[in-house]
Amino acid sequence: MNTTVNTHTTANALEPQWLLDRRNSGNETYSNLPVPSAKDENWRFASVLSEDIDAFKSAPMPEDHAIDYALSNSKLVEDPIAELIFVDDHLVQSKPLPKELIDKGVRFLSLNEAIEDHSHLLEPYFLKDSTRLGSQKYFGLHASNVKAGAVLYVPKGVEINEPIAVYHWSNTDKGLICPHTLIIAEAQSKVSLIDVLASTTEENRCLNISASNIQGHPSANIYRKVIQNFNSKTLSFQLDSAIADRDTQLENIAINLGAAKARYENQIKINGSGAHVTMYSLSVAEETQEFDQRTFQTHNAPNSVSDLLYKNALFDTSRTIFSGLIQVEEGAQQTDAYQTNRNLLLDQRADANALPGLEILANDVKCSHGATTGNIDEDELFYMLSRGIPHRVAMQLIVLGFFEEIIEKLGSDSLAENIRKLLEEKFASKIKS
Amino acid sequence: MSESIINEQEEAIKVDYEKGNFSFPEDYTYDAGTGLNEETVAYISKVKNEAEWVKEFRLKALEIFNKKPMPTHWASKDLENIVFDNIRYYLSKGQKPSRTWDEVPDDVKETFERLGIPEQERKFLAGVEAQFDSEAAYSRMKEDLEKEGVIFVGSTEGLEKYPEIFRPYFGKVIPSADNKFSALNSAVFSGGSFIYVPKGVKLKQPLQAYFRINAENFGQFERTLIIADEGSEITYMEGCTAPKFETATLHSAVVELVALKNAKIQYITVQNWSNNVFNLVTKRAHAEENAEVKWIDCNIGSRLTMKYPGVVLKGRKARGEVLSIALANDGQHQDTGAKMIHLADETSSNIISKSISIGKGRSTYRGQVHMPKHLKNCKNNTECDALLINTNSRTDTYPAITTRGEGNTVQHEASVSKVSAEQIFYMMQRGLSEGEAMSLAVNGFVNDLLKAFPMEYSVELKRLIDMEMEGSVG
Repeated sequence: MNTTVNTHTTANALEPQWLLDRRNSGNETYSNLPVPSAKDENWRFASVLSEDIDAFKSAPMPEDHAIDYALSNSKLVEDPIAELIFVDDHLVQSKPLPKELIDKGVRFLSLNEAIEDHSHLLEPYFLKDSTRLGSQKYFGLHASNVKAGAVLYVPKGVEINEPIAVYHWSNTDKGLICPHTLIIAEAQSKVSLIDVLASTTEENRCLNISASNIQGHPSANIYRKVIQNFNSKTLSFQLDSAIADRDTQLENIAINLGAAKARYENQIKINGSGAHVTMYSLSVAEETQEFDQRTFQTHNAPNSVSDLLYKNALFDTSRTIFSGLIQVEEGAQQTDAYQTNRNLLLDQRADANALPGLEILANDVKCSHGATTGNIDEDELFYMLSRGIPHRVAMQLIVLGFFEEIIEKLGSDSLAENIRKLLEEKFASKIKS
Repeated sequence: MSESIINEQEEAIKVDYEKGNFSFPEDYTYDAGTGLNEETVAYISKVKNEAEWVKEFRLKALEIFNKKPMPTHWASKDLENIVFDNIRYYLSKGQKPSRTWDEVPDDVKETFERLGIPEQERKFLAGVEAQFDSEAAYSRMKEDLEKEGVIFVGSTEGLEKYPEIFRPYFGKVIPSADNKFSALNSAVFSGGSFIYVPKGVKLKQPLQAYFRINAENFGQFERTLIIADEGSEITYMEGCTAPKFETATLHSAVVELVALKNAKIQYITVQNWSNNVFNLVTKRAHAEENAEVKWIDCNIGSRLTMKYPGVVLKGRKARGEVLSIALANDGQHQDTGAKMIHLADETSSNIISKSISIGKGRSTYRGQVHMPKHLKNCKNNTECDALLINTNSRTDTYPAITTRGEGNTVQHEASVSKVSAEQIFYMMQRGLSEGEAMSLAVNGFVNDLLKAFPMEYSVELKRLIDMEMEGSVG
């Protein structure tokens, strides 16, 4: 059952005081902090942001043809159990949860609904903390403007096996969108949510400042995927943070395909022992695209595992920056923390930067990081050519093979197949015979 | 194992802990006073009787030093504890570098006696350049080296007597403006070695220099420039020991190496400053076509060491290597690493770094590997291994890798480990004490790197590691 929503309420004056306060302090942070420069360690190697951020404004309700386009293209996730679709931060369609889940206490709400009816649910987490990876200024802008997004609350012991999907479309030139995703997974719950970020046209240059926050309570099992496929004009910031508690299982996957410049910050904090957190990412950079990825794995408790794998393929004169830090606090013994960055250079003009970092304050740990950058293995290529596979197909196979390690972790055959299709489309124009 | 045998063994490996822990009454002919301004710099230049261009070079560097901020936005905040006004920037006996042993003043001789220099020389060293405070107190080379045209002099003498050789490279590998401390060194440098090895000359034996700090609040700013002409080979060793003082001292050296076509330079450092010394050193090499530069760096002492030896690979097929061992005990921060800047096709570089953190010691690896566009078939391999001994020990790794171009491969690996309980149990079961077992395990951890050091250095290093490990277990 799909409901099309025609009316829309903006961030209104009826908001609770705590939220108004957080919005105000966000606005102050945004105005007071300087524009980051490459001298800042958190912005090392990043190109300078010369754009006037203030020129981007929230857009009004889009016209029908844009909405129709968005609705008919929100197909990446097949058979979601619930779904929200936004265009320019306006909710245009929602598919609510089935009644039996609502009866069990599960809530999946648009942000406005949640602010109106479930303020107490939001207050402990919503806009409370920004990532500590350099984009505090932009998180401030997000906090003062955010009006669209999804809030997912899963009560203790409830397991949802089907995926939940949220689509955010940008439609207006010089438009600003600030999508927010908040997942609160209580003890022993299980949930999977997919965010898709995309543009309705190839031309509209928009600014995306999205934020997500995951609260994983003891033994919760959370699976969050985010697919960023904006048009090649977009500026994008994704500021994600997550907290894992005792025995929390948290899996993050980020697929990055679009935008002119995309900065992705992901920080996880492990506060309970026995937690198992994975962070995977796949990026395809072409033309003059820049993917700037900053990650932070903090281990505050012993006996936990975190594993990070970021893979990038670079065409043309694109650039990628991977900067990661594993921090093992004093007393977090028996930690296993890994960090791997692999870059495949497909054009000699492409530019891959890696800054894998470790800060270890406990001695009984297994920590490692690795970064490799290289070209296509000539032997592999030769092997395929000698078996009659055309050069172009061989190249595609190798690049897809490079990413398969991440794609197979998506856990859903249909989603994996859809992502493979997206990748193939992107390669089709790139890999020439 | 009986008590007596243990005692016997301890006796056999006993190290004189007080070695290096002594000083003589200060009596300096020239003293530039404390603090740093244009007058200090002009004074140093005057005492040294320097050419006008050297003086200009110093004054310009001073200007840069005053302008540059402290690099505390990425480096340790401990740097803020350096009070530049409390430091003496120049001291000298006012003597010309001596040529024969007899001309060396007695107290200086006694210092070197305790450091074992004459013995070293008797053994197999080709030449000895021992720096006492700012000036080279003793400098001598064997005749056969002189015959081959090798120049081995102090910085002042080098710039005065052989400007045509040294001036073209002086301050070119590391410009004054490279960082705040290279600017400081460029303003007040004194002492150090200037070496020129002519075409095709291969030195079979290493050249060696010892540095000591011997006046309270006195920073040592030596300047080293080694030029290996086409096809030549040289190994240079520097070892540092310093007496202990109560207030922090500053050591800020600049070392420039130039390896021309097909030349090979190996530069070995054993750093064992006392635990109140700030050791902020800039070291870089240029490697031309098919040249090879190897930095072997061992940091055991000092309060804070910041040192990232680099190789700029300028010519095709040039090779650069950094092998480093760092040992950080309580109150120490070893912030070391390596820089490899690839600027030509088919260049390769290798970095192997091993660090050991004991007690509250902190060791940090910071690295940079840079491969710009249009380069083909460059390779880099980086390995960083950290060993943490106690539960509150700390290690950090911050590499930065930029890769472009065709056929270039970069790999970086780092791991953190502790000495496994099984290893210790195995050794204790065979009669070793826990401390001995720990020492043995740590020595095993660095063993493959120790092998790269000349024999007597690796013996000394092994002892130093044993010494540092003492009392860290239990």
